[in-house]
Amino acid sequence: MANDTAVLARLRGATKAYGALRALDGIDLGLRGGELLALLGPNGAGKTTAIGLLLGLVRADAGEVELFGMDPQRIEARRNIGVMLQDAQLPATLKVGELIRLTASYYPAPRSVAESAELAGVTEWLQRPYGKLSGGQQRRVQFALALCGRPKLLFLDEPTVGMDIEARRKLWQAIRHLVAEGNSVVLTTHYLEEAEALADRVCVMARGKVISEGSVGALRARIALKRVWCSTSLPLAEVAAWPEVAEARIDGDRLCLSTEHVELLVRRLLAQDATLSALEVRAAGLAEAFTELTRDDNILVQEAA
Amino acid sequence: MNAPVDLSILSERPHAAPMPRGRVFAAYLQETRSEILRYLRNPGFLLPTLLFPTVFYLMFGVLLGHGNGQQARYMLAAYSTFGVMAPGLFGFGVSLALERDGGLLTLKRALPMPPAAYLIGKMAMAMLVAAVIAALLLSLALFVAHVPLSASQALRLFALEIAGVVPFCALGLLLGTLIKGQGAPGLVNMIYLPMAFLSGLWFPLSVMPKFLQQVAALWPSYHLNQLALAAVGMPSQGRGALHAGVLCAFTVACLWLAARRLRRNG
Repeated sequence: MANDTAVLARLRGATKAYGALRALDGIDLGLRGGELLALLGPNGAGKTTAIGLLLGLVRADAGEVELFGMDPQRIEARRNIGVMLQDAQLPATLKVGELIRLTASYYPAPRSVAESAELAGVTEWLQRPYGKLSGGQQRRVQFALALCGRPKLLFLDEPTVGMDIEARRKLWQAIRHLVAEGNSVVLTTHYLEEAEALADRVCVMARGKVISEGSVGALRARIALKRVWCSTSLPLAEVAAWPEVAEARIDGDRLCLSTEHVELLVRRLLAQDATLSALEVRAAGLAEAFTELTRDDNILVQEAA
Repeated sequence: MNAPVDLSILSERPHAAPMPRGRVFAAYLQETRSEILRYLRNPGFLLPTLLFPTVFYLMFGVLLGHGNGQQARYMLAAYSTFGVMAPGLFGFGVSLALERDGGLLTLKRALPMPPAAYLIGKMAMAMLVAAVIAALLLSLALFVAHVPLSASQALRLFALEIAGVVPFCALGLLLGTLIKGQGAPGLVNMIYLPMAFLSGLWFPLSVMPKFLQQVAALWPSYHLNQLALAAVGMPSQGRGALHAGVLCAFTVACLWLAARRLRRNG
C-alpha cells in the first residue's frame, strides 16, 4: 500500500501532569502504518496516559498529539481506530452479538458480526449475555469489539490479562492476522513474552519518558548480555576480575556469569579449566533486558568480589 | 488517463473515512435499541420503577380510597408524576454514575460513537419506561378504580408524563456527573423521595406546614404535578404555561451544568 510508511499516530514533546505528578515528561512517539508497536514499562511509567492522549481521552498540557493527522478528539480521526481498554464494564445484560452490532454501527464500513466474532474466536458465545462470560472470555469479546469496525489502527491496553495460555495464543494469532492484513497495532503489556512474540518495535517507558525504542532484537542488543553457567574449580573472585565478565555470582553449585562477549569468555573458561563441566549459555530474555533498562541507576556492571 | 493506481492511493489516504449520513442515523438507532434492551432485561431497575407507583396507587388511591372517585383522580396525577421521575433519575443518573465508574463511558468516548447518541439512547429508554408507567396507572384508574376520565384527559396525562420525564433526565444527567459508583442509587433516592414528598405527591400540600407549601415551587416535580392535576381535571395552582416554562428552564440549566462538568472531567 502507498501509505504503509505514513505516520498514523504521533506524540511530539507531549507532557501531561496530574497535580505534582508528571505522568508524561515530553515524550515523542510515532506509529507507522502496518507495524505493531509494544509499549512496555512498569506501572506508573505513563503507558496508559500516552494511550489516553492518542485516543483523545485526556488533553496534553504541552506538545502535539496527532491521530491520522488530526486532533484525536475529532470523531473522524477515531473512525479509523479500534479500542480495547484495560477495564471497561460492558452492559452485562446485552448479548455478545448485540454488543458487536452496536459497536460496529459507529464505523463507516465495519466487518459483519459473524466475521468479527470469527476473527476474535467468540462465535460460540454470540447468543450469550456478556455478564455470564468468564473474565478471559469477556476480554476476547472486547477484542471482537476492537476489530469490528475494520480499523486501520488498534489500541490494545493489556489485552491478555486474565486469559489462560490457550486463549492468549489464539489472541496473538488474531493480532498477527490483523497486522498481516496491513493494519497497525499499539499494544501495552506487562507480559514481556507478549511483546517478544508480536512486536516489530518495542518502546520502553519509565517515569513518563521513552528510555529505549527499537526492535526486540535491538533492545536485546543494547543490553547484549548473555548468561553463562558452569561448574568449575576456578575461584569466583578470580573470574569476576576478568575484563569479559560483567557480573559474577554463585548460583547453586555453579558459577553464573553475565557477559557481553560470550565467545571470548567461554574460550577463556575452557582454556583455564580443563575439567570444567555443566556449561550452559543463554541469551538474556527480554525480561532481563527490560529490568536492566528501567533500573534507576542503569548501571549494569557490578563487581562480585 | 486510465490510472487505477492513483485512485487507489486516493482511497487509501489514512484520514479519508467518510461516514454516510444513513450510517450515523443507524448508530443512533443501535444505541437507543441497546439501551432499551439492556434495561428491559434488568429487573433490578425495571421492577422497582414499575412496581412502586402502581402498587402505591393501587393501595392508597384505589383500595383505601373507598370508591372515592376524586381521591383516585387526584392520586392518578400524583403517582404518575412520582412514577415518571424514576426512569429519568435512575435510568439516566444512576446509570451514568455507574458507567463513569466502570469505564464504559471512557471506552465510548474513545470509540467513534456520535456523542449525542449516548444521551438520546438513554432518554428514549426513559421515555419508553415513562410511557409504560403512565399506561399502567391510567389502566388502573379507568378499569379498577373506575375514575370517570374523558379520552382527551387520559391522552393529555399520557402525553404530559412522557414529556415530563425530560426534566428528570436532565437532573439525572447532572447528578450522574456529580456522583460516581456503587453509592449512586442510595444518593439518588435521597433526592428522589424527599422531592416527591415535598412536592405534595404523597400528601396534599394543603395538609403540610406553611413553610413547606411556600418552598414547593422550588421542585420540578411540583410543577409537573400541577400540570398533571390540570390534565385530569383537578383544581391546580398557577398557570400551565408558567409551570411548563419553569420545567423548560430547569431542564436547560441542568443540561448546561452537566455539559460543563462532562467537558471538564469526562
